[in-house]
Amino acid sequence: MKIMVCPLNGPRPVSEFAYGGEVRNSPDADACSDAEWSAYVFNRSGSPGVKHEWWCHIASGFWFIALRDTARDTVIATYRVEAARNLLEPPGRAP
Amino acid sequence: MFTRHGSLKPGYDVVIIGGGGHGLAAAYYLARDHGIRNVAVLEKGYIGGGNTGRNTTIIRSNYLTPEGVKFYDQSVRLWQDLAEDFDLNLFYSTRGHFTLAHTDSAMRTMRWRAEVNKHYGVSSEAVDAAFVKRAIPSIDMSCGGHAPILGALFHEPGAIARHDAVAWGYGRGADRRGVEIHQQTEVTGIRVAGGRVVGVDTSRGSIATSRVLCAVAGFTPRVLDMVDLHTPIYVHPLQAMVSEPVKPWLDPIIVSGSLHVYVSQTARGELVMGASLDPYELHHTRSTLDFVESLSAHMLDMFPFLSEVKVNRQWAGLADMTPDFAPIMGTTPVEGFFLDAGWGTWGFKATPVCGKTMSHTVATGRNHALIEGFSMERFARYRMTGEKGAASVGH
Repeated sequence: MKIMVCPLNGPRPVSEFAYGGEVRNSPDADACSDAEWSAYVFNRSGSPGVKHEWWCHIASGFWFIALRDTARDTVIATYRVEAARNLLEPPGRAP
Repeated sequence: MFTRHGSLKPGYDVVIIGGGGHGLAAAYYLARDHGIRNVAVLEKGYIGGGNTGRNTTIIRSNYLTPEGVKFYDQSVRLWQDLAEDFDLNLFYSTRGHFTLAHTDSAMRTMRWRAEVNKHYGVSSEAVDAAFVKRAIPSIDMSCGGHAPILGALFHEPGAIARHDAVAWGYGRGADRRGVEIHQQTEVTGIRVAGGRVVGVDTSRGSIATSRVLCAVAGFTPRVLDMVDLHTPIYVHPLQAMVSEPVKPWLDPIIVSGSLHVYVSQTARGELVMGASLDPYELHHTRSTLDFVESLSAHMLDMFPFLSEVKVNRQWAGLADMTPDFAPIMGTTPVEGFFLDAGWGTWGFKATPVCGKTMSHTVATGRNHALIEGFSMERFARYRMTGEKGAASVGH
């Protein structure tokens, strides 16, 4: 991966982007157990795979979502956040 | 140097996944100190071919937390006698280790680390700029004018060693005591029944066992999936590079957190250089030009006269990172499944003490006292063992 396609700015060198971690939904903090909450705070899906991730184009401060294969270092698609609303569930409906 | 074993036995007392330094050290101490010799070490590639052969070979104990300092101090002590133990030259070379401070806040952290270190009997001093210049006359103290060196943390026992020989020494020692080392043998599954480990499936057949030690660095999340355990471990590549050999000019090991550099000169004259983690998750050991460019630029800030020296090779390893920069070791909620992981960018120096403490833990079923601060349960209790301030560079 040397070039990433920013949904706002088009193809740019990957050094212009910052990685923001996998897209994750928080459990309902008022309803979940302590164990569920600490698992949300700390645990990560560490194995390789195709993941939805937060990325930021640093120069323009534009945050978006990329679908990336973390085993092969290839970006499959990038979306504006509006186009990926279905990934961002309201609290309490996390998988 | 090693016995060749045709096929796997139907069962072993202990199965160790991962034939790197950590796994082989655990096998060695299980056989030598605990009399457990019916042990198989399963390695999917070749021994020492993972992070054991990819690190920058630095050994030190000047950590920040009491748990860390005590643990790594024990490791440095073990290192010092290891060559004799193995009857194998590890090229263990005590050089002294400087962690440069370029800001007032970095100097404060150095004083903090020095005090914690000295409290636990580890040789460690905050030193001023003149001391640094005397020890490394060729360094540009202004670092190109933008990161002047104010002082350093000086750690006299800091050392380097030949990393491959560590795996060979532990491997040979274990092999001679009856441990079976199976290379080219990949673990494909771990069988658990009633919350207990009962066996391991491999690319060369199934094995019955009640105890499994997982020491697989960047592959840890994939093995944990086999026993349905969840941890904070995330994997980023860590790259390093080596220059062509030049005449000896750099005796100590130099680390600069602000410039993201650590460097030492090997006995052959090569400069071994490393920097910070790659900035995003990746399970691939590809190399990047960005890495060579930025590391070279920072090297030239400190040592401008190196501008004509060539970079010979670069490579990467998979670092299994944790949120507090401390490892995850010991027993797990799956009975008989033991973990030696979360070794991120700091695992090589801990090889001997990990072998000692994990072999104790596997043999007795209880965590060794030195690793209690590194248990998997610390996250659920929000009790971090914060070592980020002692990581070599600001990852």
